[in-house]
Amino acid sequence: MEYMLVLFSDPKPLMTMKPAEMEQMAGAYYAFTQALQKEKAFVDSRRLKTAADATTVTLDGGKSKVVNGPYIETKEELAGYYLIDVPDLDAALKWAARCPTAGHGHVEVRPIWPMPG
Amino acid sequence: MAEGDEIARETAEAVARRSYGKLVAFLAARTRDVAAAEDALAEAFASALAHWPTRGVPDNPEAWLIAAAKRKAIDAHRAARRGEKAVPHLALMTEELATASSGEIPDERLKLLFACAHPAIDEAVRAPLMLQTVLGFDAAAIASAFLVSPAAMSQRLVRAKSKIRESGIPFRVPEREDLRERLPFVLDAIYAAYAEGWSDPMGTDPSARAMAGEAIWLGRLVAALLPDEAEALGLLALMLHSEARRAARRDPSGEFVPLSEQDTGLWDGAMMREAEALLRRAAALNAIGRFQLEAAVQSAHAVRALKGGADWAAIVTLYDALWTMTGSPVIAINRAVALAETQGAEAGLAALDALDPKSLSQYQPYWSARAHLLAGTGAMDEARAAYDRAIGLEIDPAVRRFLQLKKTRLAH
Repeated sequence: MEYMLVLFSDPKPLMTMKPAEMEQMAGAYYAFTQALQKEKAFVDSRRLKTAADATTVTLDGGKSKVVNGPYIETKEELAGYYLIDVPDLDAALKWAARCPTAGHGHVEVRPIWPMPG
Repeated sequence: MAEGDEIARETAEAVARRSYGKLVAFLAARTRDVAAAEDALAEAFASALAHWPTRGVPDNPEAWLIAAAKRKAIDAHRAARRGEKAVPHLALMTEELATASSGEIPDERLKLLFACAHPAIDEAVRAPLMLQTVLGFDAAAIASAFLVSPAAMSQRLVRAKSKIRESGIPFRVPEREDLRERLPFVLDAIYAAYAEGWSDPMGTDPSARAMAGEAIWLGRLVAALLPDEAEALGLLALMLHSEARRAARRDPSGEFVPLSEQDTGLWDGAMMREAEALLRRAAALNAIGRFQLEAAVQSAHAVRALKGGADWAAIVTLYDALWTMTGSPVIAINRAVALAETQGAEAGLAALDALDPKSLSQYQPYWSARAHLLAGTGAMDEARAAYDRAIGLEIDPAVRRFLQLKKTRLAH
């Protein structure tokens, strides 16, 4: 089954991080991604720029309405995702716990809607 | 004659219920679709209840139920073909049923229990889900035991089953460390099912009594399938000790009888001996836990049947250990009462005073314990006031009458 590990974290501490800390964090994500790849569980992953750079669009009476900022403002914002392919929820929860985000933010595990055909 | 029918019906029901859970587990373990498995088996189950009382329980009830479920699944498969949507599930299910009817059905109920008590399932629905899927209780009976409206309970159960299917919750007995982490969820849910059956206020609701009995049956199942898990044995011992006293909890007129005043001749000796044997086996496994400690408390109360008095010193020690382990205020209240038995009412009251009254102000046992201990110290006016608080908070009319009696018996 495919799952998306949806990563939520507070971007503020990142802004004041020392280079050594930044390097350590990047190393942790790199190692996590490598582990997923080695186990053939990795499908895709991207990191998002901060929600302050987000723009939200909706149609209002047929006209596009553009708003600066994310759809929902939260302290911990949507920061990225891992798309993984594993046998079941328990396996997905194990990977979620290993994801570095789980240490400083939250990882939401969502099953992917299977594509028809 | 009518009585004979009733017995046949009850036998049929008991046999069918056991087979039903086994078959739901067997099918759901393969398709992950508990609801579809239940649908296929519901008709087989109903048909068994219609036929078995008159024609007798078949020699192989499971083969009979499978044959009936197979017909039902094939029909559903045909019907769904036109709609196409549910075909893969049903095709798989028909296949499984075909293989199953040719041989012995593997017992997958433990896997189903672990799926029902998965941490991804809302905690409040775990026990109801077990009762429905493994034991075949209907949503209405479960709803009344858990004091929830039938519609709300049905909705929660449907949602939980959908979560199992859609989120890929595995049907698997976890191994080693995972088992240690997950088993408590299963044991807690079984105990919740037992407690709901036990707490039947009037002691007269047959469906609640059945639920307690079925929870014990689940406890037996887990203890038999995981014989080296000390806490599984401990939970079964705890439930058996409580169940052994069921007949003594009410007097012939239906009035509440507290543990210390129960006629030990009404306690079920065989059940208590079984509980003791389980506790000894659990102790040999050297993995102490909450259920073993609570069972040991009950065991120290059971001593009264032999020696004329409970082993209060042991009870205090056990509650100390439980308090350290759980930090539960309910344990702390029981500990204070036990302390009063060994060191006097003043000591018990001091232990009670050390608790945070805010979290306990609406908890009846806190006030009745307080009243009891205050009376022991001679503070009768305060004791009466504490009994009033307890009476005002109690739900069970029999317990309320008992507390009122205790209050009027206080010396002026």
